[in-house]
Amino acid sequence: MSSATRPIKPKKNIVRRWVIFIALALLYIWALSGVPVEGFKETAGQISKAIVSGIFSPDWDYVYLPEGEDLLRGLLDTLAIAILGTFISAFLCIPFAFWAANNMSKIKANAGIGKFFLSFVRTFPELVMALLFIKMVGPGSFAGVLALGLHSIGMLGKLFSEEVENIDFGPSEALKATGARPLQTLWFAVFPQVLPGFISYTLYRFEINLRSASVLGIIGAGGIGTPLIFAMQSRDWSRVGIILLGIIVMVTIVDIISGYLRKKIV
Amino acid sequence: MIEFKNVSKVYPNGTQGLKNINVKIEKGEFVVIVGLSGAGKSTFLRSINRLHEITSGEIAIDGKSITKAKGKDLRIARRDIGMIFQNFNLVKRSTVIRNVLSGRVGYHSTLRTVLGLFPKEDVNLALNALDRVNIVEKAYTRSDQLSGGQQQRVSIARALAQEAKIILADEPVASLDPLTTKQVMDDLQKINQDLGITTVVNLHFIDIARQYATRIIGLQAGEVVFDGPVEEATDERFSEIYGRPLETREDEEVEVGESAHESSK
Amino acid sequence: MNQVNEQKIPKAPSKWKHYFTFILILLLLWGSAYQTDSTFKELIEGFPNMFSVLDQMIPPNWAYFDNIIGAMLDTIRMAVLGTTIGAVIAIPFAIFSASNMIKSTWVYYPVRFLLNLVRTIPELLLAAIFVAIFGLGPLPGIFALGIFSTGIIAKLTYEAIEGIDKGPLESMTAVGANKIQWIMFSVVPQVAAYYVSYVLYSFEINVRAAAILGLVGAGGIGEYYDRTLGFLEYDKVSTIIIFTLLVVLIIDYISTKLRENLL
Repeated sequence: MSSATRPIKPKKNIVRRWVIFIALALLYIWALSGVPVEGFKETAGQISKAIVSGIFSPDWDYVYLPEGEDLLRGLLDTLAIAILGTFISAFLCIPFAFWAANNMSKIKANAGIGKFFLSFVRTFPELVMALLFIKMVGPGSFAGVLALGLHSIGMLGKLFSEEVENIDFGPSEALKATGARPLQTLWFAVFPQVLPGFISYTLYRFEINLRSASVLGIIGAGGIGTPLIFAMQSRDWSRVGIILLGIIVMVTIVDIISGYLRKKIV
Repeated sequence: MIEFKNVSKVYPNGTQGLKNINVKIEKGEFVVIVGLSGAGKSTFLRSINRLHEITSGEIAIDGKSITKAKGKDLRIARRDIGMIFQNFNLVKRSTVIRNVLSGRVGYHSTLRTVLGLFPKEDVNLALNALDRVNIVEKAYTRSDQLSGGQQQRVSIARALAQEAKIILADEPVASLDPLTTKQVMDDLQKINQDLGITTVVNLHFIDIARQYATRIIGLQAGEVVFDGPVEEATDERFSEIYGRPLETREDEEVEVGESAHESSK
Repeated sequence: MNQVNEQKIPKAPSKWKHYFTFILILLLLWGSAYQTDSTFKELIEGFPNMFSVLDQMIPPNWAYFDNIIGAMLDTIRMAVLGTTIGAVIAIPFAIFSASNMIKSTWVYYPVRFLLNLVRTIPELLLAAIFVAIFGLGPLPGIFALGIFSTGIIAKLTYEAIEGIDKGPLESMTAVGANKIQWIMFSVVPQVAAYYVSYVLYSFEINVRAAAILGLVGAGGIGEYYDRTLGFLEYDKVSTIIIFTLLVVLIIDYISTKLRENLL
């Protein structure tokens, strides 16, 4: 083959590749430079062994204790925090969702402000919110409920507003033409269109909130996290084992039920 | 009776939607508005129940000005006017009966309708309306499970349940096939004749207009260029006005895209 | 109007299902409120506290920035390394979970089960366990983030692998490629962009997670929440919060732009 007809490998791609490669290399040099190398405690092996054996021989007695403060009550508390927190946010985020939807107001900046507000709430970690609520209403489940309720507005509001942006305005026009009041138009023409999406997203958020609720107790905001952190501090690994097992089972069951309901709604 | 007095409409971008229109439609008439795409048919129809605002002049219904009506008066005026849309505008996820009952909400308080507490008479009215368009057996079916023609009949039932004195239909058959077109137009005609409801329909096709109308109004660039009984609406007359004959049903394939374009304005 | 023909009217569906659902939801909420001692009374009683805390948070103590920049950089480092570990481990997991890569249900179901299991454990719990093993510092945080992101990246990637075009797979089989060649030439080109996008997505999540891991002693900016809240220094708390939000928003923005360019 003559070299003239041969296509030349494009130079631009090669340069781009090198730029990416060097950037990544620098990033990792920087990242690794900050990690303490001396790292491991000598006891690490011993403790891991204790943890593993603890997890595989869970403290079954802890599942139910007649005098209270047992696994079942802890899990129930966690579930209750997640349910209430999710409901509060699903309710409170509706006005924000309409605020942040592009098709609900004539001024574009208005929806932009709403979207910014929601992303602000979304980035505010729920654990930090919980810490602040503990200062306000005292330690316990209620602080956890408030933290989840407020934090979830960010994500639910965003998902809900996307649902609102997809509505068909035809039915609203038809309702308006029959002489309906604005609220009636909203209820009969807009709500039936967005409700299935709202419910589905709320269930999805509930799955996430259940996971969050199981760690809230670590900082004192109620739920199963509190006995877990106590068990860890007292190195009661078989109790840690049963609590972990309890969380995994509960989360899995809730995921399955919620997934089934979400499939049925759509 | 619907009366247009010197009605004009100029869009914000300067386009003349309607130009000095003076028209009187008597009770019980079956009027068909024809014209090319963009002639102002949809604007004409929607200004009657004020889904579109006019910029000057006045529209009166049974002697009462709808142009000046505000708030409650406007809602009560709209309650007496049923409207049928090209895309049916049903709430697809709701049942048929709920869609028909939504025509009754103007009669009741917000709280009562939101709780779904429609009186027994309203439910009977809705079922009667569905029976009149031969679709009562679908009352509790979800609307998105119906065919296009069936959905349009549900929206006619909604206008009937409203106990409207006037029915406005904006391109009611533009998204339907010829067979269902006939059924829907027959329904509209029957309602007009049996109940004496004044009916104003926008149509693209001159042949269907001639078949059903008692009177035809032709629009061009927002102006009334023809207004008379069906017998006078001959092909020759329209060719003279528009410079070419108006479309008939056979041209449908070409026209669906254009009419969708018009209604989206 | 004439009477409706009674026989034609279908029976209205029973409304009991709706009532039942409604009552069930009310009961769930009431039970949850009871269980968590949530009352309006307590909320209203907490209001004065709320305002006093907010009042002390404003204005933030800007001078505190200098003290926490190092911890913030640590947080980002932890997220970078944790994500990398997760991204590497996720590859074999993703391949072994995809039903079009491994035909045997005896392989991909257990692997998927393991992935689901990993995703049920919150990263903060993993971090607490690793702190018990390795002691305080960023190392347990990095491992926790690594395992946590393995779950996310592997799941998203195996779904992408299952969605790929079959044609190239068959043609590679037809030219007689071995298993590794088969994956390199028919699978990798099709899912590489998705994989990188999921890694970036998981990085966004990990930055947020890394910011709170310090609460259990696993390094990063989170340690400073404990320190400042303990001394009721709310003006410093708000500085940390604002700084974290800023970093998260910037990283989200960059990552989103990169992902848009990829797909």
